[in-house]
Amino acid sequence: MELLFFYLVALVAVVSGILVVTCKSPVNSAISLVMTFVCLATFYVMLQAPFMAAIQIMVYAGAIIVLIIFVIMLLNLGTAVMKKTSHSIAGAALLGVIMLLQATYVLNRSAVTGTQGDITPDLVTTMGHTELIGRSLFTDFLLPFEIASILLLVAIIGAVVLAKKDV
Amino acid sequence: MITVHHYLVLSAILFSLGTFGVLTRKNAIVIFMCIELMLNGVNLSFIALSHYLGSMDGQIFVFFVMTVAAAEAAVGLALMIAFFRNKESIEVEEFNLLKW
Repeated sequence: MELLFFYLVALVAVVSGILVVTCKSPVNSAISLVMTFVCLATFYVMLQAPFMAAIQIMVYAGAIIVLIIFVIMLLNLGTAVMKKTSHSIAGAALLGVIMLLQATYVLNRSAVTGTQGDITPDLVTTMGHTELIGRSLFTDFLLPFEIASILLLVAIIGAVVLAKKDV
Repeated sequence: MITVHHYLVLSAILFSLGTFGVLTRKNAIVIFMCIELMLNGVNLSFIALSHYLGSMDGQIFVFFVMTVAAAEAAVGLALMIAFFRNKESIEVEEFNLLKW
């Protein structure tokens, strides 16, 4: 039953991913991208990472997609005229298939091994996923966290300066 | 029973789709969306592996990937607006000043 659900959501994710790439209108691509993000959030819930699922919906499907759609509407982009460049499509398809085969070949050759950590599903349910993330973020990863905040500040200033009328 | 390989194959499929889109599309915003698709494929494999190895580190990494993606969205879309002001188009073929 769980496997069936996985295949259903995976099918929706892959089909909407194909639509992102093939849709002629950028708005349709953006809406298909939201669909992919929601499917990935479903997978995060299945993998016992509910905080990540919430962040996925809020940051990706909420903030980033709204920003993208704002820019599409602001620039008033119409439907793209697909030029017939079959050689570039064939080359890109070849490259994509090669990458996919390479990844699946490597996956089939090896089992997932590594040092087992101490986070068990029981611990996640008793302690809560958000608390576990918070503990890890504010003890082991405090310096990257601070650097990320500086990165966001730089991004805000950069966006304001770049979008100004006369730089 | 869902194994970690199911998730890893799905993330490989999404990553390849994103690569295909980046290489074929001409519209800069669609290319940007395909890059987001690739980032999400990688995020899925991070979370799957972190779940199966019982560790929190992969999920912290996804957190930082999302931060960088948000910064990238803000700066990238501002750049596209600046491009559009100069060329009245965001087709990537129009930007050939550095082309040899």
